[in-house]
Amino acid sequence: MQDYQSSLSDPSSRKFETFSYLPPFTPEQTRAQIEYIVSKGWNPGIEHTEPENAGGHYWYMWKLPMFGETDVDAILKEVEACHAAHPKNHVRLLGFDNFSQSAGAAMVIYRGDTV
Amino acid sequence: MSTHAVVTTPQLTFFESLENTMAKTYDAGVKEYRETYWMPDYTPKETDILACFKVTPQDGVPREEVAAAVAAESSTGTWTTVWTDLLTDLDYYKGRAYAIEDVPGDDTCFYAFVAYPIDLFEEGSVVNVMTSLVGNVFGFKALRALRLEDIRFPIAYVMTCNGPPQGIQMERDILNKYGRPLLGCTIKPKLGLSAKNYGRACYEGLRGGLDFTKDDENVNSQPFMRWRARFDFVMEAIQKAEAETGERKGHYLNVTAPTSDEMMKRAEYAKEIGAPIIMHDYITGGWSANTQLAQWCQDNGMLLHIHRAMHAVLDRNPHHGIHFRVLTKILRLSGGDHLHSGTVVGKLEGDRDATLGWIDTMRDSYIKEDRSRGLFFDQDWGAMPGVFPVASGGIHVWHMPALVSIFGDDSVLQFGGGTLGHPWGNAAGAAANRVAVEACVEARNMGRELEKEGKEILTAAAKHSPELAAAMETWKEIKFEFDTVDKLDVSHK
Repeated sequence: MQDYQSSLSDPSSRKFETFSYLPPFTPEQTRAQIEYIVSKGWNPGIEHTEPENAGGHYWYMWKLPMFGETDVDAILKEVEACHAAHPKNHVRLLGFDNFSQSAGAAMVIYRGDTV
Repeated sequence: MSTHAVVTTPQLTFFESLENTMAKTYDAGVKEYRETYWMPDYTPKETDILACFKVTPQDGVPREEVAAAVAAESSTGTWTTVWTDLLTDLDYYKGRAYAIEDVPGDDTCFYAFVAYPIDLFEEGSVVNVMTSLVGNVFGFKALRALRLEDIRFPIAYVMTCNGPPQGIQMERDILNKYGRPLLGCTIKPKLGLSAKNYGRACYEGLRGGLDFTKDDENVNSQPFMRWRARFDFVMEAIQKAEAETGERKGHYLNVTAPTSDEMMKRAEYAKEIGAPIIMHDYITGGWSANTQLAQWCQDNGMLLHIHRAMHAVLDRNPHHGIHFRVLTKILRLSGGDHLHSGTVVGKLEGDRDATLGWIDTMRDSYIKEDRSRGLFFDQDWGAMPGVFPVASGGIHVWHMPALVSIFGDDSVLQFGGGTLGHPWGNAAGAAANRVAVEACVEARNMGRELEKEGKEILTAAAKHSPELAAAMETWKEIKFEFDTVDKLDVSHK
């Protein structure tokens, strides 16, 4: 039997919703998820936040959502650019579905230092 | 005897028109129903409420007469002519049996289609609709059995109903959960835990990665755990798990109560302490109470989880009762954000195609008639929000690939024993399910076939999750392979 490792005092217990219970994605895994967003016809968008402010609905938008962008490399480059500009922040990628007015996909690609 | 009447349409000749506008005379006695209620040439209106009944008549009664009797007894008719019939325009208000069809593979019964004018029903009242459609007619002597298979609610009627308090899209936004099914767990044992021990079971599940824990349906306010104590302890569990994981959590606080005043009191208190979601049993609690609660939830920003205790009494017999797809439509109109749908793969009843039919009825905006999925009518919900189907009962991590494949993202997958029965406890059981669902979603998004490659996907994920590895070891052998009792009629062929 194992003890479940999680506590208020251990920042590594903090999660970031979908895919945060899996190990961080390799670049290949991230690319596959971007391909999925593009194949669904969703609009990719990037958001970031200081880890201490991750709880709210609104993170900072990185530029505008990339409406109509289907080039996986271009999308990946923007995720990397956001991370380079805010290396300590969480960076998440979303696929906006304008028909359901919801995000069809949302995942933190770069995990900042949790608090 | 059949001096039909009154509707003057341009197609009639002058003489027919003259005859039809002449006053009827009162003629006491018993008429054959088909003289008035069997109208095979009737074209249903866009605003009509349509119903499909599966009718098993007594021997020797003609189909048309029975179909007409069903139409009559579920609308304006009674067994004899009464003089007050002539004070109104019954030809406008009556239900019309307009079609009869064979049931594939079953000669004992047939389908009767009945159209009801929308004016027969109070706006926004599923109570009123069902009181007519499944009222006295179900005890009618000329019938051996009767089943309401489906209803088409016209958009004109849908627009009068309040519907789900929040709906799928709003719930995702409130809870910040996107791109995956949500995960829940019903706390066990069903009955007997004290409030503090109960809250402990919730806290462990939530900190391990569940989105929700759930009161079992028969947890109301018993001597071993009064509602108020439960609400307080569970709320502390939610708040601590949220702080610990940084994710939003909820527990379906069951407000089903002996009176609707008491139900509302419990709902108000849940809101006061900051609970995001409450729960109601919509059949045992009643549709009137449910509609009231759903409206209140919408006005107060609360999510509403709906349990369906007693449904199998109504929907399991293939020849008598109310099909679950009807109960699904009733709930979407009455209001609820989650509704138990069956799992297809677990311990409870549910044919796969039929289940997919009513799952779409919960979630989609427009559902096409499709007999292969048991859908007898097109159903237009317009802008009415969708309901999350909840798969619950006898499922565990090994079912996860099939569940994600069958239900897709807009669903709540609920593992009770499959969380709490983990050898290391609830937190580990929760984490195992969370890792499994995320691994399955990731694989599906990559284009992998979940139901074929499920084992490899879970095995790979378990390398990073000892909790998942232990869960896979525990439940390896469990399967439920009983045949379903209520199959789609097409499958008898």
